Amino acid sequence: MSAATNIDGGGTLAGYNFAYLDEQTKRMIRRALLKAVAIPGYQVPFASRDMPLPYGWGTGGIQVTAACIGQEDVLKVIDQGADDTTNAVSIRRFFATTAGVATTERTVEASIIQTRHRIPEKPLTEGQILVYQVPIPEPLRFLEPRERETRKLHALADYGVMHVRLYEDIARLGRIATSYSYPVLVNDRYVMSPSPIPKFDNPKMHMNPALQLFGAGREKRIYAIPPFTKVVSLDFEDHPFEIQKWDEPCAICGATGSYLDEVVTDDAGNRMFCCSDTDHCAERVAAGEGPGAGESR
Amino acid sequence: MYVAVKGGERAIDNAHRWLAERRRGDRAVPELSVAQVEEQLGLAVDRVMNEGSCFDPGLAALALKQARGDVVEAAFLLRAYRTTLPRFGYSEPVDTGAMLVQRRISATYKDLPGGQILGPTFDYTHRLLDFCLMAEGEAPAPAPEAPPEGDGTSPHVLSILDREGLMQQEEPGTAGERTADLTREPLLFPADRDLWLQGLSRGDEGFLLALGYSTQRGFGSTHPFVGELRMGEVAVEFVPEELGFAVELGTVPVTECEMVNQFTGSRSEPPQFTRGYGLAFGHAERRAMSMALVDRALREAQATGEATAPAQDQEFVLYHADNVQASGFVEHLKLPHYVDFQGELENIRRLRAMTAGESNAEAAQ
Repeated sequence: MSAATNIDGGGTLAGYNFAYLDEQTKRMIRRALLKAVAIPGYQVPFASRDMPLPYGWGTGGIQVTAACIGQEDVLKVIDQGADDTTNAVSIRRFFATTAGVATTERTVEASIIQTRHRIPEKPLTEGQILVYQVPIPEPLRFLEPRERETRKLHALADYGVMHVRLYEDIARLGRIATSYSYPVLVNDRYVMSPSPIPKFDNPKMHMNPALQLFGAGREKRIYAIPPFTKVVSLDFEDHPFEIQKWDEPCAICGATGSYLDEVVTDDAGNRMFCCSDTDHCAERVAAGEGPGAGESR
Repeated sequence: MYVAVKGGERAIDNAHRWLAERRRGDRAVPELSVAQVEEQLGLAVDRVMNEGSCFDPGLAALALKQARGDVVEAAFLLRAYRTTLPRFGYSEPVDTGAMLVQRRISATYKDLPGGQILGPTFDYTHRLLDFCLMAEGEAPAPAPEAPPEGDGTSPHVLSILDREGLMQQEEPGTAGERTADLTREPLLFPADRDLWLQGLSRGDEGFLLALGYSTQRGFGSTHPFVGELRMGEVAVEFVPEELGFAVELGTVPVTECEMVNQFTGSRSEPPQFTRGYGLAFGHAERRAMSMALVDRALREAQATGEATAPAQDQEFVLYHADNVQASGFVEHLKLPHYVDFQGELENIRRLRAMTAGESNAEAAQ
């Protein structure tokens, strides 16, 4: 994979401001972002705009990215961990067209990474920004449909309902049966939805050197985890939080510690597993790693 | 080696070229012009302007053409364009009492000052397919015209009840008070009436219709009468800062509906009629009437502090009326979810293994 590439060949879209949004709107979003950073895990209402991409397809993340991005930034966009999923391609193009910024598929090269459903496998570093696309920002939403009620619960730090829900899983099923959108407690204060990342990724949020920003466009909320913030996945002493494990390594790069996608290879029920993070996988292959590496071939 | 199901840039480009071809349809058929859409599919244009929250018949017609007639998609296009327009200010409230009326009916009075004016309506047509239109016959003969009575304006019907003191008094606005603007501020609850009226006016017509209908069928009972339904041109005025007085920018066609509902009274208020209000761009009676029904239902809940039916529940109504948001989120389910699904697969296999382990242990005992 070559260095940063600009998909649409640079230049911004005629008739539109840099990164699509007007400067007043960006300032409004930045104010919300500052408040969000100041109160980690707290959902800040913001005047989300109608965007040219559909609600539920990353409008919150796009607005946050648009408010943060500058001409010098290098943008990476992933969906399901991969750079080449259609929606990631579409959003990357959106910024290549409207902001003319450099884009990359390499996690290490990116200054801003917009993501849906994953945190890259490669540890992020200071100065990087991870922008999450969030469908339902409210972790308590499926326990209490009304916003007025959930805001009250957050204000009172009344998170009993969430613990009861997790306990009910254990009582009924023997384990906590939440595999993604697994709720976390941020900075010992707010229970927060990590967006629908697999719980496998939850530990990466804790004390992460990068700035983590969350944008929910349709629900008009922004929240944040500043660098080096405590993020704890909710659990019980006798049922500690645990992450997914696979019995086999990635079929392409041989990785054992990464999140794997299951790919059905025929109609006889055969399947293989490979890294969901395509950059991580490609980097390992380039470095000579593979399913047979370390063994004689 | 497996072929990645992940789509690439080329796939997107080709899909969009196919879409463009589909939009054009059979090239042997002449292309539809935007002007034709604007002139001959005017009610679709009106709906797109309402749900797109932007008065511009030309752009709404373009959006309809581009969206292949998909009204929600067209509203989405118009809204995405609207977002980029600078906001230079807010107009003065329009005076619908000064409307040049093209249609104006009341179901509460047989006759009244200003009269009943049917105007261009589908009401009382027989819904028989007119095969002449298919034969592309000649343009219909012009409709007969009559000189307007007086200056062409009519007093609001509800002002008649108002004078008798039978209408609940509306809260007067205070000078300099800004109305809510949910296109510029986040939607927060509890919402006041200005905010929910705005939300309803850009809400999905089908959703509004169903909600309004539900109040008629007992889900948040209302006993409404169409006090007045009127449609016509109203002037839009704006006060430029440097002038300090209002200037007319132009006129827009609107449809306004005032529903009258009985209110049995309370300890502090005598029995009286209350108002449900609907206002929409263009000719949009179904929308304005549905909006008025839902407005009345929301007011009921605000007054009693109790929401017993869906149409009375602010959060239910306002969060779900926006069809651009709703269609986006429903259709996002088309996006890949295999990372989360993989988590669920792992979860369900583990749970099944645990259950199987337990039943094996039981069998062994």
